Amino acid sequence: MSLLEIKNARLKIENKEILKGISLSVNAGEVHAIMGPNGSGKSTMSYMLAGRDGYELDTGDVLLDGKSIIDMTADERARQGMFLAFQYPVELPGVGGISFLREAVNSRRRHIGEKELDHLTFVKEARKAASSMFVKDEMLKRSVNVGFSGGEKKRFEILQMAMLKPSVSILDETDSGLDVDALKIVSEGVNSQRNENNAIIVITHYQRLLDYIVPDYVHILSDGMIIKSGGPSLALEIEKNGYAGIINAA
Amino acid sequence: MVATQETIEKVKEVSSSYKYGFVTDVESDRAPLGLSEDIVKFISKKKNEPKWMLDWRLKAYKKWLSMDEPDWAMVNFPKIDFQSIYYYSAPKKKPVLNSLDEVDPELLKTYEKLGIPIKEQEMLAGVAVDYVFDSVSVATTFRDKLAKEGIIFCPISEAIQDHPELVKKYIGSVIPISDNYYAALNSAVFTDGSFVYVPKGIKCPMELSTYFRINEQNSGQFERTLIIVEDKSYVSYLEGCTAPQRDENQLHAAVVELVAMEDAQIKYSTVQNWYPGDENGKGGIFNFVTKRGHCIGDRSKISWTQVETGSAVTWKYPSCVLRGNNSVGEFYSVAVTNNAQQADTGTKMIHIGKNTKSTIISKGISAGKAQNTYRGQVQIQKNAHGARNFTQCDSLLIGDKCGAHTIPYINQHTPTARVEHEATTSKISEDQLFYCLQRGLDTEQATSLIVNGFCKEVMKELPMEFAVEAQKLIGISLEGSVG
Repeated sequence: MSLLEIKNARLKIENKEILKGISLSVNAGEVHAIMGPNGSGKSTMSYMLAGRDGYELDTGDVLLDGKSIIDMTADERARQGMFLAFQYPVELPGVGGISFLREAVNSRRRHIGEKELDHLTFVKEARKAASSMFVKDEMLKRSVNVGFSGGEKKRFEILQMAMLKPSVSILDETDSGLDVDALKIVSEGVNSQRNENNAIIVITHYQRLLDYIVPDYVHILSDGMIIKSGGPSLALEIEKNGYAGIINAA
Repeated sequence: MVATQETIEKVKEVSSSYKYGFVTDVESDRAPLGLSEDIVKFISKKKNEPKWMLDWRLKAYKKWLSMDEPDWAMVNFPKIDFQSIYYYSAPKKKPVLNSLDEVDPELLKTYEKLGIPIKEQEMLAGVAVDYVFDSVSVATTFRDKLAKEGIIFCPISEAIQDHPELVKKYIGSVIPISDNYYAALNSAVFTDGSFVYVPKGIKCPMELSTYFRINEQNSGQFERTLIIVEDKSYVSYLEGCTAPQRDENQLHAAVVELVAMEDAQIKYSTVQNWYPGDENGKGGIFNFVTKRGHCIGDRSKISWTQVETGSAVTWKYPSCVLRGNNSVGEFYSVAVTNNAQQADTGTKMIHIGKNTKSTIISKGISAGKAQNTYRGQVQIQKNAHGARNFTQCDSLLIGDKCGAHTIPYINQHTPTARVEHEATTSKISEDQLFYCLQRGLDTEQATSLIVNGFCKEVMKELPMEFAVEAQKLIGISLEGSVG
């Protein structure tokens, strides 16, 4: 049984069909890359999986651990173990990083029947996770994402991933806006979380990220459909020949 | 030996009468309906007041008769019939319940959410026989501790008897009887409230709270509070409570006067959660309050911090008169309106002395079909050289049927003053909510987090105990407003 299964997902936004029948099977322990040109439906797919309002499937299904999740709200899915690292993380003025993280972590722990972390234990864990992501202590005390640079925001996303320990993580263009150093840090953060029980979906335009987060499978998304799937070498092909070649051949 | 049911009943009876006065005098339990000179005299007699107090009340009553009800605020409410109000009721015998099981479960749910400890829940709901003894002994110990420092903290009716010279000197000095319609009314018919006096050079060792005032936990209808702090002294006063309060008296027109001498500081914090009415606003309380602080002495400081989440209509402008040189006035406010609530609230900072400073931080949150108006006045008099004011008023709208309005008045009569005003209006963005939801927080938690983040600057001015409860209260007031 796959950890995440998308079955023939079709989705219309304002009467325009964006996802035109996507099917995907992701097993535990795997990393899948979704690549595609602008407008192919990558963000729509990630919002759909995360359960955002307005991104409900018209037909099709999504199963997490064999159970359908399309009737679950975004927060229910999150507590079930879905995580989305946003492409453009939003600012939450006045909401302290530590409080936010603790609420998130404890919501998940409550759901899976684990005891909530007390403040001191939590701060210790947070600091540990922060230092491995090169996120300074004092940044944790600031309001979430307020005044963070692009790189800091992305590192903070991966820090949250480390603390929440999700089953399925979707990284939505995590590499956008990052320089090589930041890219390395973020990738190391992601790689250190890979294990045989979870799965990661990496959404990206560029092959470069996949040098650091090496996928097991690569899928090309074009105009709302997966038109080709392959191993890591498929990404190299895109790098060399661009999307056009593959799309025309499909 | 086990107490029999009969004994228990007898004890209850005795303890209630101990707390609530004598079980006789049934006919003068309540003044007849309506307001007249006779009623004013009746109130004064009930309170055993000296003649000067009665004369003051009568003067106020006559003034009130000559005044017109103000109607300039951005609030709508059915006309108040001043003749169908009881202006005096003997302290109500609250129904004595045997346990929390007998209390309205909705009320209990709210207490739970606010994190109110069980013992307190019992007291608030009118349960427990030993509440009577507890509150008397706790409050007595409290008062003794204060008395050692020379601090007076008692009901105003007691102060009129025991410290007439102080009351006479200061009552009406900050808010004269002619100040406004509701202040005039209050001056004529006030029945309870707090009196605080802190002598020179004393930092009051604990936060004073209306909770600890031994008084007839009455209606709070026309409360009159007077706080006087002498040179170099400090007091922090907490008013109100987060637990929802119902009251059969719909109009609350309190008056609060603060007086600060040289180098004195008064911190006055309010959390107000009076019954807001149903989702159409029917039956809620009208909270028309006049509050003002007089910074008489040089370098004195008065801070108002308020979290207003209740009442059907809130109409109040806690203000500061900055007479002393280098005196400071502060106003921190969070006003939440949901469903059909209305609020027209803000502050007045009157700069008279030199180098005075005022800070205004107002956060308005509207949801449902509510209307929330900030009305502020910064007045810089001719000789108020070097005056500085900073005003920030932010509005947060939840949903698209509510409204927020900002009406600032700035009157500056000296070129050496500096006045800054910033205002923002925002909505809780869908992106922000989704971000929180995606991290496992449900809609209520997310809204509460974002709203509390919005109010942070004000919340951090509240004394600790109030702050924690107030945060939860804000979350509860906005339940059902999002999603």
